[in-house]
Amino acid sequence: MTMEPLILPPVPGLRGIDVYEAHGGYGMLRKAIAMKPEEVTDEVKKSGLRGRGGACFPTGLKWTFMPKQTDKQKYLCVNGDESEPGTFKDRQIFELNPHLLIEGAVIAAYAMGVGTIYLYIRGEYNKWIAMVQKAVDEAYARGYCGESILGSAFSTSFTVHRGAGAYICGEESSLMNSIEGERGYPRVKPPFPAQFGLWGCPTTINNVETIANVPVILRLGWEAYSKIGHPKHPGPILVGVSGHVNNPGVFELPTGVLLTDIIHKYAGGVPGNKKIKAVIPGGSSTMILRGEALEGVTMDAEGLKAAGSSVGTAGLIVMDEDTDLIRVLTRIAGFYHHESCGQCTPCREGTGWMHKILKRFERCEATTADLDLLLEVANNIEGNTICALGDAAAWPVQSMIKRFREEFEKRVKPTLVIASGTPVIASGAPVIASGGGAYGATTTKQSGLPVVIASGAAGATKQSG
Amino acid sequence: MFSEVSLKKIEELKKRYPRPQPVVLAALWMWQEEHGWISREGMVEVARLLGIPEHHVYGVVSFYTMFNSTPVGRHKIEVCTNVSCMLRNSDRIVRHIQDSLKVGVGGTTPDGRFTLVEAECLGSCGTAPMMQVGDEYYENLDEAKVDAILSSLK
Ligand SMILES: Cc1cc2nc3c(=O)[nH]c(=O)nc-3n(C[C@H](O)[C@H](O)[C@H](O)COP(=O)(O)O)c2cc1C
Ligand code: SF4
Repeated sequence: MTMEPLILPPVPGLRGIDVYEAHGGYGMLRKAIAMKPEEVTDEVKKSGLRGRGGACFPTGLKWTFMPKQTDKQKYLCVNGDESEPGTFKDRQIFELNPHLLIEGAVIAAYAMGVGTIYLYIRGEYNKWIAMVQKAVDEAYARGYCGESILGSAFSTSFTVHRGAGAYICGEESSLMNSIEGERGYPRVKPPFPAQFGLWGCPTTINNVETIANVPVILRLGWEAYSKIGHPKHPGPILVGVSGHVNNPGVFELPTGVLLTDIIHKYAGGVPGNKKIKAVIPGGSSTMILRGEALEGVTMDAEGLKAAGSSVGTAGLIVMDEDTDLIRVLTRIAGFYHHESCGQCTPCREGTGWMHKILKRFERCEATTADLDLLLEVANNIEGNTICALGDAAAWPVQSMIKRFREEFEKRVKPTLVIASGTPVIASGAPVIASGGGAYGATTTKQSGLPVVIASGAAGATKQSG
Repeated sequence: MFSEVSLKKIEELKKRYPRPQPVVLAALWMWQEEHGWISREGMVEVARLLGIPEHHVYGVVSFYTMFNSTPVGRHKIEVCTNVSCMLRNSDRIVRHIQDSLKVGVGGTTPDGRFTLVEAECLGSCGTAPMMQVGDEYYENLDEAKVDAILSSLK
């Protein structure tokens, strides 16, 4: 499964426009402008390209949501907020191949009849913003952006917009608010951006890597492109590998590549040949997988769905057998708590509660009742919020409890159990309520040990107080 | 006060958007780069230049974590402690900086040279552990590397 790199070809100096042009750069913009806009969209649609920003939404289909007839201005926002923990791929495009991104954005703008492009880049990437801005200036100077592009009737502006540190601004409606100069609060959907986006005008939001694929599709043709990698989620994908591997980094691979190949063949395996305890396959929002369950799992929407997770941003975090997963989860929960914008009660309060409960587990001060409570809080956030940050906070917790229950149980403080029904007061040796899965309701203090009153022999029921 | 250069840039940027308000982040960035942090005066000035209410500018400053609404050290050290860095011992880097500078997380050295903070993921997971100081990313850190970096920052 080898493939020549299409997004990040190893060409020295490719960041400069001369080298980029010498390698055929902006030829696809020329080609696109000679086509009808609908033909360009059709090509992207047929290629099977799906968004690389996390949700895998079909890109060509998204473009068709933009109204053809409208007297309003139309906008394209390219999302380079890249703040999902474990994700560092768009930065490679900014640094190594910014013109591919610019060319892709102008082609996308042409296809949708967009007159204004905003590229939103996270504030921390100021060094990379400077690189991209230089490339944009070069593109303007050669007539690839601005008025009458390549002598045609098509014009579009290209503006780089710097963020200022907020994970939530990567969420598409929050991103639009941020561009408008508002605080980055997500908007309630519907209305969707294609109808009511920036300043109430039709707007499409696409990830940086998604847009960088557009010139590649035109170059190869949709048919050849659609044959790269997994048929239902084709194309090259930038996989970022971090954590316990010998050779971390971003690897451009065809979708459908085995996770085990990514880890061992490309990222050099685990230091000290240790066993893999767990991986987070696509950035911190995606569900954690057990190390033993990686055999045959592939990096694409279908493969990871079947494995009980998702591709997300393809930011693969590898954790060896010595990893303290409770510490990992506590850190992740702290992140979502910090980044919640606070608009929805379940997210604002729930992320804080989850973090607090997890800190009790981290200190080995939690009771079995806390495990029920934790799961209940996560379940109450999921699906009950304005934006997907709530779900993103719940999934790691839910999946960790489901797949690594023993990690929690190991941390539970010895607890005295009084079973209701047949009240037996255990004297002397405390009964530890973990293991068997009896999750108690009330917790009181007696002789220094927390006492859990378990109702019957119920398993993991929701009855926490 | 804004420098002449910044005032000109702000006017240029206004042309890039259908109204002036979107320039608020860029204008606040320019103020922070010139003054180190964003004072009340800065917010009033930005509000005036863009014709938007002062409380709105204040709301924006408080929403985005990269804006300093209080003075910070000359060099703000931001150590990423999110998962990928944590797995590669970012806590040791934080502790080492705390010990060398005798400053806690969130604190500033008495000479005003350094402020130390912990950061969320900075998009440098493949070169962890890492820290950002100003615009610069320092990657694949260990204690010796940190020492060299700290002594180079005057
Ligand atoms: C909390 C949150 C953060 C997000 N951050 C990003 C981001 O940094 N970059 C990105 O491209 N998409 C991000 N997204 C996804 C965007 O909302 C949107 O789906 C994406 O930019 C669409 O692009 P695509 O269709 O090309 O994937 C985020 C979503 C959520 C809920
Ligand atoms: S889910 Fe969380 S981050 Fe999203 S809008 Fe609600 S409170 Fe804000």
